[in-house]
Formats: sequence, structure tokens, C-alpha cells
Amino acid sequence: MEKRYEEAMDNLARLATQIYEQLGGGEIPEMQVTTRSKSNIEFDQRAGVWKLGDSKTKRSAKKLSGARMILRSLYMMDFIKEMIEANKSSTLREMYYISEGWEKAKFNDQKESDRLAEDMEIITDCLREDFKLRPEEDGARVIGDITIEERTRKGDLRRINCRDDVGDSGYTIPYNVEEDKVNFTDIGVDFMIAIETGGMFDRLVENGFDETANALLVHLKGQPARSTRRFMKRLNEEEGLPLVVFTDGDPWSFRIFASISFGAINSAHLSEHLATPTAEYVGVTASDILNYDLPTDKLKKTDRTALEQELEDPRFNTRFWRDEIETMLEINKKAEQQALAKYGLDYVTDVYLPEKLGEIGVL
Amino acid sequence: MGCNVDSIAEKLAEKQKEISIGEFFERNKHILGFDTLTKSLVTAVKEGVDNSLDACEEADILPDITVKIDEIAYQEYRVVIEDNGPGIVKRKIPDVFGKLLYGSRFHDIRQSRGQQGIGVSAVVMYGQLSTGRPTIVRSKIAEKEYAIEMEITMDTKRNEAEIVSEEVVLWEGKEHGTKFETTIKGLLRSGEHSVFEYLKNTAIVNPHARITFHCDGDTTVFKRATDQLPPPTVAVKPHIEGIELGTFVKMAKESDRRKLGSFLVNEFSRISYRTAREIASKADVDDDTNPSSLTLDECKRILKATSKVKIMAPETDCLSPIRSMLIKKGLKNVLKGYRPEFYSPPTTREPRVYSGNPFQVEVGLVYGGDLPSEGSVRVLRIANRVPLLYKKGGCATTTAIKNIDWRIYGLDQRGGSGMPSGPAIIMIHVASTRVPFTSEAKEAIADIPEVVDEIERGLRECARHLRTHLNREKRRKKISRKFRIVREILPMIAEKSADIVDRDVPPLETVMTKIMGVVYVEKSFDWENGVCRGILDINNYTPKEKELVIYIEKPYPETELLKSSIEPAFDGEYLKWDIESLSSSKGESIEFEFDGGLEKEDVGGLEVYVEGVKETSLIGAETLPDDWGVELAEIEKE
Ligand SMILES: Nc1ncnc2c1ncn2[C@@H]1O[C@H](COP(=O)(O)OP(=O)(O)OP(=O)(O)O)[C@@H](O)[C@H]1O
Ligand SMILES: [Mg+2]
Repeated sequence: MEKRYEEAMDNLARLATQIYEQLGGGEIPEMQVTTRSKSNIEFDQRAGVWKLGDSKTKRSAKKLSGARMILRSLYMMDFIKEMIEANKSSTLREMYYISEGWEKAKFNDQKESDRLAEDMEIITDCLREDFKLRPEEDGARVIGDITIEERTRKGDLRRINCRDDVGDSGYTIPYNVEEDKVNFTDIGVDFMIAIETGGMFDRLVENGFDETANALLVHLKGQPARSTRRFMKRLNEEEGLPLVVFTDGDPWSFRIFASISFGAINSAHLSEHLATPTAEYVGVTASDILNYDLPTDKLKKTDRTALEQELEDPRFNTRFWRDEIETMLEINKKAEQQALAKYGLDYVTDVYLPEKLGEIGVL
Repeated sequence: MGCNVDSIAEKLAEKQKEISIGEFFERNKHILGFDTLTKSLVTAVKEGVDNSLDACEEADILPDITVKIDEIAYQEYRVVIEDNGPGIVKRKIPDVFGKLLYGSRFHDIRQSRGQQGIGVSAVVMYGQLSTGRPTIVRSKIAEKEYAIEMEITMDTKRNEAEIVSEEVVLWEGKEHGTKFETTIKGLLRSGEHSVFEYLKNTAIVNPHARITFHCDGDTTVFKRATDQLPPPTVAVKPHIEGIELGTFVKMAKESDRRKLGSFLVNEFSRISYRTAREIASKADVDDDTNPSSLTLDECKRILKATSKVKIMAPETDCLSPIRSMLIKKGLKNVLKGYRPEFYSPPTTREPRVYSGNPFQVEVGLVYGGDLPSEGSVRVLRIANRVPLLYKKGGCATTTAIKNIDWRIYGLDQRGGSGMPSGPAIIMIHVASTRVPFTSEAKEAIADIPEVVDEIERGLRECARHLRTHLNREKRRKKISRKFRIVREILPMIAEKSADIVDRDVPPLETVMTKIMGVVYVEKSFDWENGVCRGILDINNYTPKEKELVIYIEKPYPETELLKSSIEPAFDGEYLKWDIESLSSSKGESIEFEFDGGLEKEDVGGLEVYVEGVKETSLIGAETLPDDWGVELAEIEKE
């Protein structure tokens, strides 16, 4: 068995032993889990990312809800153990359906089981992937001149050039992008550009931006999956590729950038593993809306509240973000990436991106 | 100038003449409860039903009353009310129905629904004014073979009845009773202020009455909840405490007695010659003084002195409280559809006095079940067994409710004042020889401090029961949650963790004890061919060692105990086992067998009692009831 799974098994067994011994010693079983909330994240100076703080939540079998959580954790452990032993994996959704048969330990909805899976990562210091659990969404796509060595299901290695060996839709990032599965053999690009929407990704592909700018195009598909973030993080760290992020200009897109660069609250225990603190934001910014005179929509009430919350969020507490958020609130407008088409289909690749990337110093 | 004033006075004098009572009320219909169309209909029914109930009770007859309402023209209703009371003698019928201020109760000091002699004649008058139709009365007394039927109208100027027609009729199947039929302008509504609501609440507080309601083709019967008539009330003399000075002066002037002492003793209740002398001496008035020659100042001093002398509370046989058991029966009978979770034991306060009038307060409270939990609690306001539907805002019952911070008793109340809200119904009954109504329409009780205070005390008593109930419920829920942990979840945790670490399932008793903290008794019965096998499992899930005594009632005193795994310390009408020491986390099991041709149902509800544990740390059995000790002592004496 591979080492990472062996470690996961050990850690899970340690937790089960702890509960078993509490019971045997006549103690009411309990588990400690680090609290995941906006009030319990701290900035890690060394890693440059936001991580979970020290505050813990206790789950004790003294309370019905606590007892149930402990029982569910044990069932989940047992399930993971069986998967590892049988060399199988399952999606989070499949696990949720399997839990239907866990009697008193079953979940009320998938959110509960997804959350518990994340808790298990925190408690055991392992990754969900170490538990053979993966999200159901298929990975994001990339296009550009890098060569990857991927281990196939059959176990042999295959080399793929992400520009020449793929079709128009690019290379799909698998859910496991750790070294046992994916390695980078040849890097022909100068930087990565992560794009929020499929429409804009396809525009850059059609305009051949990967070749003209010597860039790796990454499609985020909204809030990026863990594997997408991990993939970019590895390229950034191991190959020294700069990362820039290009999204719509609205509060929700700002959060996409935050989760890539600073770390997301829900996965703050993995920030060091997933976040790329040196990532730069290209746009669309509030200033872009003004400078490029883009077509806009009015902010909705929920947009304004989201922006106001961001002003309170410690992760956005930098000069750049405060200015941009305040400006957006002031002009009361938001814009989509594709609004740049106002000046023609080539405008984004011929004018906008060269200008903006130039400012950042990437081009 | 002067002559001018004179002439104005003269002019006014020409206009000043006697106003007939009838004319006065004709112009002031609201005083009698005929101010809106909806209310007029309710008032008409109420006056009729109140009289029927009074008459039946006075004649010691279980009331059987029928109310019928039909719309015969737009906003015009025929109202028929029939009872099985003693009937009314022929010569009195015109005055009862056609003369205001004519009645049998005005001068009596005792509790009755009717007080003023206005009620039913006002209905006749209103019917006549609003539709121009006469009222038809039929009445039969037991002594006569036939009934009398009369059509009556009213001469409001002279306050006299006019008989339109009169005939002798046979009343098939009726031994005695009265029925009258009036046509009035009105409006039939449903809801809080409806005839239906009035009859429903009447049924609650008169559980001895059977009331049938026919309304536009629908029939509702409020059945009796008891065959017990309220004990008859006895008329009493006024009580001197708090009597008004004017009344006292008038009584003294009109008295036939020649000495103050005998005046006080004979015309007031609860005053002995000794008390009378004490009052006279404290008032510094000779007790031989002729009452009619008392000065105003002497009268004042006498009344002042009464407060310094201890006078017994008034007799209570002039009052007819409903009493706890029947309040509960009445409430249950009518409210059972809501399946309330809790009936607070109703409170009957001791009688008290306001302005010389004895009065008594009763309170009931019903909580939970399907009662609506949104909005204010519902209040049934009752005066002398008559529901009050109107003028809630200006009623002593409302004042008393609002005086209480209900939050400490477990009901919601914004800011701790005002009406509480939640799934509850509060019943308040004020019984008195003279209920202090705010007007002749008898719609609300005045805010007399003594009355408000008594209502408040009654409410608090019931509210305390509610709090106890809610706390017990809360505890029960908490314990049942713990039970689920210990029974369902913990064993699964033990098994699964043992499975994962590949070891034996650990023993759970200590942990269960820590979570539960109670003594748990589980009883199971097994029945076969008249023989009953029972098992009592007693588990000490508390941290301490316990010394317990277990009791179980036998299904019948003669039931024989065939076997018992532990020798009982007593075997008689019940069984008793001593468990001298049960360590923490340990259990004991008692198996036994009964003989004696038992039916399966006989063993179903057998109660187990335990001595040696607090009520709060015992589940599955009861602590020994207080009255059990009495029974025990008797048996052991033999
Ligand atoms: N159904 C009845 N059967 C027998 N007697 C009746 C009946 N209805 C009325 N009476 C007699 O007629 C009297 C007058 O009734 P009425 O309703 O006018 O006044 P009341 O009931 O004495 O006082 P209130 O004005 O408070 O109702 C009663 O006191 C009672 O003696
Ligand atoms: Mg009456």
C-alpha cells in the first residue's frame, strides 16, 4: 500500500483507538475539532496565506448531537478504511448515498457528510484524497505549452503536451494532482492565467493567446475545485510560474481570487497546500469599469452586502482591495469579463490584457 | 337680569318631567347590550339562557335547554329558547316578559345569574322596537295539565305589558318548562363574539346543563359532563365589611330594631352580640342607641370601627363556585378536540368580601396540544357561571392577567407585561352575590382592587402548576435524549470503534452512568393462560451506591404470588422488595409470577414505586406517593 494511504489509515485508527479507550476507561467519549469560521482564521506570515486559528469545538457523547457526530465519524472512518483496503475510491456524493445504510449514523443531507469529511482532514492532518474521496465535479481545463506525465488507471505513465496533444477543450485536470499521479516534465510557458468563465477561456483559445503571450490558460469554472487550485499551486511553487487571475468584476469574483490567493475559510486547514499567495489579480476591477468605460449592471442588494462583508474580511484588508471595493460600492456597478467585447472580439487579447499584464510586470 | 334667570328656570321647569324607564332604555339600548346587530343576537340568547339556568337550578332540575335561531328576513332572526324549568304562573307572565325592573332576585343576597329584573323584558322590548313583532311566551307548571301561551308587547311609556292574545294549549311531552319566541333585528356571526361561542363557554362552566343549538339547519348538542346539580344557594344578610356609608345609613334609618347592638347582629351577617359590643365601644357609640337616631358621624365611626374588629368572613352558602373537579370536567368535555397536553388543577379561592358583598374567584388553565400557539392566550371570562364575551379590555380579569409577568411561568409575553401569548386557555370565574359589573349589560367586571387581587392570586396558583408541568416536560425530554444516547448511539459507538481497532467491545456501564445519572426501572410482563410473569430490571445509573425499596401493586388484593426470584419483604395487597445495596453502574433483576385467573389487561397498568431515589433521578417508575404511607401504616397495624 502506498505511504500516503498507510498514513491516513494510521491516523484514522489513532482516532478510533482514542474513542475506544475513552469508553473502556469509563470516560464519556469526546473529540476536538478546530473551529472553521471567519473568526478563527489567522494570517501565516511565513507561508503568506490565511490558516485556521487555535479555537476548538468539542464534540461529546454527553449530548445527543455530539454522540451522533462521534458515531458518524467512526462510520466514515470504517468506510474509508474499507476503500483503502480494497483500493477503491468514491465521490463525496456516493459516500452520502452509502451512509443511508448507517442507521443512527446516517446524514440528513450531503452538506453534513461533506463537512464531516473536511473535519476528518483537520483531525487526522490528511487530505480528503488520502481517504480516497473526491468531489463529483470533473476537473477544470488547461491549454498551453507544458508537458505532463500522468499515471493512467492501468498504472503506466503517459506524457501529454497540453497544447499539442489535446483538442480544443484542452487537458482536463484530474481530481488527484499529487506527485504519485501527475508530474511536470517540460515547461514552455512564461506564466499562468486563470480565467473565471468558459466564454472568456474559449475566446483566449480562439485568439491563440496561449501562443502569442506564451501563457498557460486555466479555466476556473467558477469557484475553483481543490484540484485546480493545487495544480496551479504546484506549477507556481515547483516550476516558478507566476499566476494571474482574470475574472468578472463583481464581489463574488473577488472571492474566487481570495480563495486562490489567500485561502478559503472552509478549506483553511489546507491553505498551505492549496493557496498561491503570489497570485496577482488582473481584473475586471472597479477602476477598469471606469477606465475602459465598460457596459455594466447595477449592483443588487446582495452584491452590496457581499462587498460590505468583504470590507470586514481580514483577507481583503489591503490598500488595493479596500480601494477597489469602495469604488465599486460608490459607482454601484459591476461588469462581466465579456463586456470587453464592446470594442471588438480581439480587444481583450490585443489591448486589455497586454496593458494590464504590463502594469503587473508579467508581460 | 334677575327676572330673566327666573323665567329661564320657569321655562326649564315646564320641560322637566318624569322620564319613563322604558323610554330611557329605548334611547340607551347600548346600556342593555343591544348596540350592534351581532351583539343584539348574542344578548337575546344570553338573557334567555341565563334565566332558564337560574330557574332550573332554583327548582333543583337538571337543565335541558334548546336554542333555535332562524333568519326569516334580511337581518331579521327568530330566536326561540325553551327550557325544562319550573315554568311561570299565568299571572306573572306579563310582568316577567313585559315589565322592566321586574324580577325575583333584586333584593336577594345570593349568587344568581339574573340580578336586576331587566334581562328578558329588554329582549322583548328590543324585538318590538326593531321588528314591530310581539313575543310569544308559552309556559307550563307541573301542577297544571295545560300550558298557557301569550302574545306580549310592551308599553314603554308606562313600563307595562300588553297582552295581545292569550290561549290555553296542550304541550305534548312537557311536564313543565318555559319557551319564548322573539323576532329581532340582528346579524349572525361566527368567532369570538358569537352565539355559538357563548353557548360553548356556557357549557364549560355549567357542566350539569345539556344545551341543544339549532342554527339555520345545523344542530350542535353540548352534552352534560355531570349529573350533579350545583348545591342550592341560600340568601344571606349583607356583610358589614366595606359596606358603603350611604347604604349603612339607609339601613339604620329603615330598621325596625330599637338598639344598635341588635341591629348589627340581626341585619348583618357574621356579627355576634360580643362583636357588636366591641364595634360599638371602639366607635365610642352606646350599643343601646336607637339605630334610626344615629348621626352621620356616629355611622362613620361605626364603619371605621369594623375594620379594627375581627369579623368572620361571610357565609359561603350564598355562593355557588363550580369547584375544581367540575371545572376540569367542563373544560375537558368541550375542549377535548384540541387534545390539550396539560390541564392545570383548577383553583377555587376562599370567599372574600368587597363593599359588603361576598365573592369568590376560580381559575382554570389549559395548555398545549392543538391549541393555537400564535397570538394571545384565549381567556374565558365568567361571572356567576355566565360567559362574558364583550368589553374584554375594560374587565378586571384582563387587568389581573396583565399585572402578571407570565414569562416566569413559561408563557411568552412581550416585555413582561400585557397579554401573554401561546397555546393556552385561561378560565376565570368570579362568583358573587353582586358581581360588580361595569354596566347594566353585564359585559365586564369592574376593577375593584379586592377582586383584581383575588383573580391575580388564583391565576398565579394555576400558573405555578403550569411552570411545574413545563419544567417536568423539559426534564423528560432531556432524559429521553440521554436515553437515546445510552440506548441507541453509545452501543453503536462501542461496536464500531471495537471493530475498527479490532478488539473486544468494551463494557459501557460506567459511561452510561456518567451520562444518565438516574435509576432506571424497566418492567415487562408476559401473560399466558391466567399466569402472569413479570420482570423488573432496576439499573443504578448514578455515581452512588443506592439502598432501594421496590413496591408493586397487585392486580387484585387476592392475586397470589407464585414465585419470586428475590424473597419479598411484604406480600399482601402489594409486594415490597428491599434491595439493600445496589452499587453504581450495577443492575438487579426481580422475576416473579402471579396466579389468580388474570386477564391480559389486568397487568397492563401496574405501577411500580421506588423508595430511596429522588423523583428527579428516577425513570420508569414513580416515587412513593405521599398517601401511600397512610395506607401502609393501617395495613401494618393489623
Ligand atoms: N325561564 C324562566 N323560568 C322561570 N322563571 C323565569 C324565567 N325567566 C325569567 N323568570 C323570572 O322572571 C324574572 C325576571 O327575569 P329577568 O331576566 O327580567 O330579570 P332577572 O333575571 O331577575 O335579572 P337580570 O336583569 O339580571 O337578567 C326572574 O327573576 C325570574 O323570577
Ligand atoms: Mg335574567
